[in-house]
Amino acid sequence: MKKIIIDPVTRIEGHAKITIDVDANNRISDAKIHVTQFRGFEKFCEGQIYSQMPALTARTCGICPVSHAISSIKACDILLGVTPPQAGINLRKIINLAQILQSHTLSFFHLSSPDFIYGFDAKKEDRNIFKMMQTHPQMAKDGIMLRAFGQKVIQTLGGKRIHPDGLVPGGVEQNLDTQTKNTLLLEIPNAIKIAEETLIFFKNNLAKFEKEIDSFGVFPSLFMALVDENGNLEHYDGKLKIIDSEGNVLQENISPQHYKEFIGEAVEAESYLKSPYYKPFGYPQGMYRVGALARLNIAKACGTPKADKELLAFKALNAGKPVLNSFYYHYARLIEMLYALEKIELLLKDETTMGEALHRTSKILKTQAVGCSEAPRGTLFHDYEVDTNGIIQKVNLIIATGNNNLAMNAGLKQVAQTFINAEDVSEGALNRVEALIRCFDPCLSCSTHALGIVSSNIELKDHNKNIIQIFKRN
Amino acid sequence: MIREKVRVKSFKINGIDVTGASNQTILEVAQDNNIEIPTLCYLKGLSCVGSCRMCIVEIKGSNQLIPACTAKIKEGMEVTTDSPRIKTNREMILSMLFSERTHTCSVCVSNGNCELQNKAHELHLDHIQVPYHNARFEIDASHKNFVNDPNRCILCTRCIRVCDEIEGAHALDIMDRGIDTRIIHDMDEPWAQSLSCTSCGKCVYVCPTGALYEKDISDEEADKKRSIIMELLERKAQQ
Repeated sequence: MKKIIIDPVTRIEGHAKITIDVDANNRISDAKIHVTQFRGFEKFCEGQIYSQMPALTARTCGICPVSHAISSIKACDILLGVTPPQAGINLRKIINLAQILQSHTLSFFHLSSPDFIYGFDAKKEDRNIFKMMQTHPQMAKDGIMLRAFGQKVIQTLGGKRIHPDGLVPGGVEQNLDTQTKNTLLLEIPNAIKIAEETLIFFKNNLAKFEKEIDSFGVFPSLFMALVDENGNLEHYDGKLKIIDSEGNVLQENISPQHYKEFIGEAVEAESYLKSPYYKPFGYPQGMYRVGALARLNIAKACGTPKADKELLAFKALNAGKPVLNSFYYHYARLIEMLYALEKIELLLKDETTMGEALHRTSKILKTQAVGCSEAPRGTLFHDYEVDTNGIIQKVNLIIATGNNNLAMNAGLKQVAQTFINAEDVSEGALNRVEALIRCFDPCLSCSTHALGIVSSNIELKDHNKNIIQIFKRN
Repeated sequence: MIREKVRVKSFKINGIDVTGASNQTILEVAQDNNIEIPTLCYLKGLSCVGSCRMCIVEIKGSNQLIPACTAKIKEGMEVTTDSPRIKTNREMILSMLFSERTHTCSVCVSNGNCELQNKAHELHLDHIQVPYHNARFEIDASHKNFVNDPNRCILCTRCIRVCDEIEGAHALDIMDRGIDTRIIHDMDEPWAQSLSCTSCGKCVYVCPTGALYEKDISDEEADKKRSIIMELLERKAQQ
């Protein structure tokens, strides 16, 4: 006869509230994440000129502005009918990987690692990076260093650390020079060492979290990600691939231009977060997951030696079938961090990265285009319609986190049913509910375009939908 | 044509004795004497219209604040270019310019190269004192090379003056009144359909903000084009 409200959900990017419904027999009947604020990028971008879209949409987020800029410039490339020079493509790839590295680092070290170090039942005042700095100073330093390296790459090649302005339709503003290349290459071995050590730390601690691994969003779902022409891990370009929970391929070689044929968008009454679904299966049966877990489940290989070795171990978790435990999102992100570093090194050493990086043109050749890339949290779509002068008529954005909306709700219900005792709600149980959300590393302000003042809640409601208790965090 | 006789006049700016020709403005004499007065709509080589009011100064004996770019010098006048009253008024003028249109520097093509932005830095204006009007004007991107975004226009009319006085085309003019005022081409036709526009780009390179800009151009190319037009204006001023 209760409703639990957690408000706000902490250590996530953005603002959300969780409601947990309890029936007359004190059993958890449902749990949902609500994103209650709205930002309206799709509306206010109308009437703007296409060339402003990369800068405008990058402001969607302060954590992953590069991903938005990348998808946006790719859409603009198509509008202009321009193919960037190979150096431009390589530099965009490097900046995108640096973004994935810094975002994953933030998710793991700054937001989630306190749970792994101190446990989910630790005092809430201890579960933060400041405590970690006191007890595990080297690990905290490593996390900060790794994120700083990602940011440095973005700044050096893109012009600015956050919201880089060097990413433009037709390529990248600045060519790469030898000195810059060598400076960045110097730092990579140490960064790879940190990524490897972090993977070892995580794997060594997995035994402590068996119950969480088995109950944090373990359910069959579809998975979607971009892959390259060989079916390997790809973040910048490639074709969409969708598999089911058994690993059967439902769709492959889908051009992102045709995403609407396969992905529908549902809207729920209590959230501004869209609920995209796989169209052939309908709503909500067409629930799919995106992000690091989906990418590694779908990719045949990473294409870099160290990450490929780790990918083999990852795939063995479920005997080669897709890994269904959402807890392993953390694991997948750590492997992607290693991959990102190895791939940045390869791309920097590639001779073709050194050439002219920009083709300039401003003649509109197409009036509709979809830009798609893999953001840290999953597949990101920017769909623009313009008039013949390049003025935006319509915008549709499917933000990475939004793709996971149905899966996050399914995971929440499972965690709430496993850990929450409705008669006596413990702090540790609430933290696990929030930790489930952290597995998906959602970026809510990004995905809903929420203008946040208040962060998120957990609500406990009875079967008549009356609120019994609200857990608010100040 | 009978020309007015030019005489030398002596007066004071900020207590310093200065002299100038009787056909000079307070601003010109101040600049000759390295006395700084902030300006925005003023551009050397073009006629002065005093539309932005950034260059306001106090003249002893007058309660009004006078724009230095249009006020001719007078014998014995005492001019003050900086005082708490002037500063407050300049800040208010700048605030109103920012509030009237949508000046979002972070996503503007002129970010880092904008006279309005620079003025805010110079006057230490980190927030504005009046509410944003949030006006929304249609962007004209019809021209093959140039874009007119009235949302960033401060109505300084430099573009109109340069087109009329230097290019001699007078393709641009001003339409409507008050906060609805905007720059138009010919009889408010899309830029691409303007018969009088010669596509010379002078208007674009005298624009102090990102209201007029050229598509598909690097910063270096833009700087080069701007320097050519500024050189033309400089020569015009010396005539």
